[in-house]
Amino acid sequence: MAVGSVRWRPVALGAAGVLGLVVLWEGYKALGPAEGVTVAGQAVLPRTTDLGMPHVWDMIGRALEPATSIEGAAPVWLAVVQAALVTLGTATAGLLLGTVVGILLALLMQRFVVAEWAVQPWLILSQTVPLIALAPLVVSWGGRLQLGPVQWETWMSVGVIASYLAFFPMAVGALRGLKSPEAAHTDLFRTYATSWWTTLLRLRLPAAVPYLLPALRLATAAAILGAVVAEVSTGHKGGIGRLIIEYAQSGSADPAKAWAPIAGAVLLGLFAAGLVYLLGLALGRYRRQEETA
Amino acid sequence: MGHTRRIPGLVAAAAAGALLLSACGGGTSEDESPGSAEGEADGGLTPVTLQLQWFAQGQFAGYYAALDQGYFEEEGLDVTIREGGADIVPQTVVADGQADYAIAWVPKALASREQGAGITSIAQIFQRSGTLQVSWADNPITTSADLAGKNVGNWGFGNEFELFAGMTEAGLDPAADVTLVQQAFDMSGLLAGDIDAAQAMTYNEYAQLLETVDPDTGELYTPEDFAVIDWNEEGTAMLQDSLWADSERLASDAEYQDTTEAFLRATIRGWIFARDNPEEAAAIVVEHGSQLGASHQLWMVNEVNKLIWPSPNGIGITDEAAWAQTVDISLGTANVDGATVLTAEPDEEAYTNEYIQAALDSLEGEDLDLVGEGFQPIEVELNEGGS
Repeated sequence: MAVGSVRWRPVALGAAGVLGLVVLWEGYKALGPAEGVTVAGQAVLPRTTDLGMPHVWDMIGRALEPATSIEGAAPVWLAVVQAALVTLGTATAGLLLGTVVGILLALLMQRFVVAEWAVQPWLILSQTVPLIALAPLVVSWGGRLQLGPVQWETWMSVGVIASYLAFFPMAVGALRGLKSPEAAHTDLFRTYATSWWTTLLRLRLPAAVPYLLPALRLATAAAILGAVVAEVSTGHKGGIGRLIIEYAQSGSADPAKAWAPIAGAVLLGLFAAGLVYLLGLALGRYRRQEETA
Repeated sequence: MGHTRRIPGLVAAAAAGALLLSACGGGTSEDESPGSAEGEADGGLTPVTLQLQWFAQGQFAGYYAALDQGYFEEEGLDVTIREGGADIVPQTVVADGQADYAIAWVPKALASREQGAGITSIAQIFQRSGTLQVSWADNPITTSADLAGKNVGNWGFGNEFELFAGMTEAGLDPAADVTLVQQAFDMSGLLAGDIDAAQAMTYNEYAQLLETVDPDTGELYTPEDFAVIDWNEEGTAMLQDSLWADSERLASDAEYQDTTEAFLRATIRGWIFARDNPEEAAAIVVEHGSQLGASHQLWMVNEVNKLIWPSPNGIGITDEAAWAQTVDISLGTANVDGATVLTAEPDEEAYTNEYIQAALDSLEGEDLDLVGEGFQPIEVELNEGGS
């Protein structure tokens, strides 16, 4: 088998998946009941009207038109791409912070068993706090911070909220990874009387890579989700979360437009996942076999 | 495989670089920071932060006009307008000291006040309520009593009390005699038929209906297609957009008192500008980043003008009777859970006309119409999708 054909298969499959989604959407729209399907008063399938489910080509057509009728207004797709980049930036800042915090926590828990007992319940508790309750608090606390000459800004609050979601998979994945070396290996290091630090660098961290990469993928998705939700919550300007709300406000009069930022958010997630995948290629030497976090 | 290892390394470095670059981008493409010490050095202007209830839009045209036309600056103020978000509660932002002034509906702000927020209303900008309950003309609901047995849409979160007061007054139990439906941001519930009577602001959601194409005729819906309940006529209207200040600073900080009067003076001039130049005011709001379409934006400015003008005692003066009605409903109307907005009468400090009256008096000599007795709204033609 030629190498090229192997490379193209996932691309072709991905394209087929997107095409399948379009066919499913349009197929249901064409054949499904206009009033949707309700079971015991609960809507289980949406209405197929143009208001509820605009045609895919209408959405694409709308995305190519200017966002507003104001002179010089950018087309919808460009506004969406710009907003997605802003969100990507904020989410990346959150992901970096979350990764650092998560790995530090994992190191602490690996080093001291007492710390693991003490911290792990809090880790799980932390993820049960609803984001919408947290967001205004973070903004409020942040507004009181003055870090030397740096004034706290709303995007930092959004980044912190993103990191709050991102650190959890990193902490859990990193801890499992750090603990993954077999007893024979750790015993060998012990017989050499190597320090904890050397064991970490030479044995535990390399062994953790197959756990860290999937954790990073989860954390990336979480950071983007967190950033989008935090943007909605705080009304932070410029990002895709706010754009989703802004376009949804005119949803009943311009239904095709509201789907553009939603598609943008999905593409943003895919793009970020792609970046993490590329990062993983570089660490291929350590991957041997990837474990699920 | 060994010889290919170098390439993924490069790709990964590029990926990491892209991530880093975009991280930097997030930091620099930022809008103005909240009012802070940095304004102090800016030509001696006093930094002031105003917290809105929502994103920049025609509803706040007067403040953006005052900013754009330099009215705030003429008063020695460097005003930062902070937009709201889904979970931002403007009055608590002021109570927390994060902003100097905030715009909030009176009942919601009074509820926060009862829970300990130290805030005082310093100007009642909107003299009338902009909330409607909209139904189809072929299934018309024009009085509160008509709501019996219908699917009644409402936004909740304290936006529903005029509706509940109307139903209570008509002898309906909101929890039993109607089916309450939670409404989304848009009017799709009414358009799709899930809701018989939907909540709508005259300046926003009602316009969205008129920007929508009727699939039967291929043309935009017209006001004749709908029936409305106007809470001003039903007698259960409550005061809406009002300016709130920090009570404690208002009582003890002489500088803040001066700033308040100056801020109100510029605000008055901003709203007068929006009344006399609605097109320009709409354009100013768009310049400040509103994503709403041009005709929708102009409609909003025009409708908001109708809620403000005429202001019989001068713009911003709180009418005692309207205030009393708002408080009465807040005390006496229960929502679905049986809770009222307020449990006790708010104290004297809940609102003051002192600063707005002083601001109006100081503008008396100038050639400004502070009442808008002969105000005539313009005719706005809405386009499809508000564009």
